[in-house]
Amino acid sequence: MTTKIAPQRIADAVIMLIVGIALIVCLVPFLHILSISLSSKQAVLSNIVTIFPREFDPEAYRIVFRDAAMLRAMGVTIFLTVTFTAVSMIMSICAAYPLTKDRLKGKSFFMLLIVFTMFFSGGLIPEYLLVKELGLLNSLLALIVPGMISAFNLIILKTFFSSIPASLEESAYLDGCSHIGILTRIVLPLSLPVLATLSLFYAVSRWNGFMDALFYITDSQLFPIQLKLYQIIMNSMTTDLTAQEGAAQTEVVPEGLKAASIMFATTPILIVYPWLQRYFVSGIMIGAVKG
Amino acid sequence: MEKHPAQVTIKPSVPVLTGRRRRAVFLQDYQLYLLIGLPIVYFLLFKYVPMYGAAIAFKDYNIFQGVLGSEWVGFDNFRQLFAMSQFYQVVRNTLLLNVLDLLFSFPAPIVLAILLNELRVVWFKKAAQTILYLPHFISWVIIGGLVYQMFANNGGLVNNLIQALGLQPIPFLTDKNNWVLVYLGTGIWQSAGWGTIIYLAALTGVNKELYEAAEVDGAGRLKKIWHITLPGIRSTIVVMLIMQLGHIMSIGFERPYVMSNPLVMDYAEVISTFVYKAGLQSAQFSIATAMGLFQAFIGMIFVISANAVAKKFGEQGIW
Repeated sequence: MTTKIAPQRIADAVIMLIVGIALIVCLVPFLHILSISLSSKQAVLSNIVTIFPREFDPEAYRIVFRDAAMLRAMGVTIFLTVTFTAVSMIMSICAAYPLTKDRLKGKSFFMLLIVFTMFFSGGLIPEYLLVKELGLLNSLLALIVPGMISAFNLIILKTFFSSIPASLEESAYLDGCSHIGILTRIVLPLSLPVLATLSLFYAVSRWNGFMDALFYITDSQLFPIQLKLYQIIMNSMTTDLTAQEGAAQTEVVPEGLKAASIMFATTPILIVYPWLQRYFVSGIMIGAVKG
Repeated sequence: MEKHPAQVTIKPSVPVLTGRRRRAVFLQDYQLYLLIGLPIVYFLLFKYVPMYGAAIAFKDYNIFQGVLGSEWVGFDNFRQLFAMSQFYQVVRNTLLLNVLDLLFSFPAPIVLAILLNELRVVWFKKAAQTILYLPHFISWVIIGGLVYQMFANNGGLVNNLIQALGLQPIPFLTDKNNWVLVYLGTGIWQSAGWGTIIYLAALTGVNKELYEAAEVDGAGRLKKIWHITLPGIRSTIVVMLIMQLGHIMSIGFERPYVMSNPLVMDYAEVISTFVYKAGLQSAQFSIATAMGLFQAFIGMIFVISANAVAKKFGEQGIW
């Protein structure tokens, strides 16, 4: 017997080892940045910080939390994320529910209209010109409205709605319940897992997105946190990398401060996503089955 | 005909009398159109109007005359675009980075999912999944910062370790060939864990009896993976591959933008960053739009052909 069990155990150990290495690779950059943010300036400058803080010093966080522009950017991002997620979910629900009904005339036309946008788009410049024509440049609406429905999320939602037994809806229907009544009283309460998943997707995309802000927002009062971070991190990085070419040294942000800003912008998501994990895993599975 | 649909939706849904049922049914269907109306307007305005706006690729776009008023110039903008030496470089870079990404990033989640599937210690498996999903939730701006902290020539963690071993530091971010490796590695790091979700979902559908039967026949672990697990998720792999092939010409903006620096532009300038720089920074709207349209068109051809090929091989395809 022992000769049979031993190779199994070895295989298990090897698999755990490989997965363990993958986990370390995932975590090291975060531990490193966290350590830098919590170490003293001298320790960071002398390159002795690896994955544990050296000469513990929370000064960088004190600076971040006293920086009015940073707090403002965080406020803008929180407002954007909450508003965007709410609007996106309402719009997605409004679109997905009728698309599950065969009685909706033109259903396949609407579907085609929506799905086509997943494969072809006018491109960045026409989208920019549209936002400009609508007078949305330098307005937070430009970061909410143009991307408010994701066709991909919409299809996941529609697939989930279709999986709810039709008999449930029919009996409510015969009792005189309207479509909107059925939607709010029967379909939505049964769809909480997928609603949680998609809310997370929308929220994360808004929280992390900065491309549209880079294009549409020039007023620093309206900068979301990612754009603010981009300026802090990237400007000094580019200067740093090209310094030997004789580029002028513009404001170089201390490493500790960059690290603290990164932690400041990331922590909220790190706290939220593990709690929603079981929802988005099942949500993706639904999407996986029927694309 | 009901003239005030808005009033109808407000009505409480009391049981309907038989005589009014027919009318009520019609009104209830009206609600469906009410619900879908705004989303359809959204798609028309924000997706289809820009498609129309792409007409400026065939016009000499003038800000004051707008999309409609500008003069048609046929394929002049495309001719000008194709004559630019930068055009070929940018298209080459986009294809190069995407093809390499496909080769290296595509198999990673499949391998990882199979490993996770083989794990028998439940708590370890769950913890591993949570940690592996983490990079997916990090913005590219922050990933750009992390990459710099890890790989910078001066003070990057990796080079510090290399120097501590008494070796010469490696210019990861400033040498263009090394930069491509860092770019690819970062892509795997960010997406591999998240990508496992879909394959793990497919793996739950594999018939357990097959494994038992194989065990009776004396199949080892690797044999079971090769003959049962992989064929079991084949159709999922094919669908994912088609979707990836469809995106071979399109490249996200944020990843190449935050990871590039002036020293590696020979490889880092891709279609999306080119469009941004030519269009929004240099105000060559028509040329930039022509580039975007060229990309969208080729991309669509890729999706359609990939799907057709998959169907020829007896797979489901994506439509």
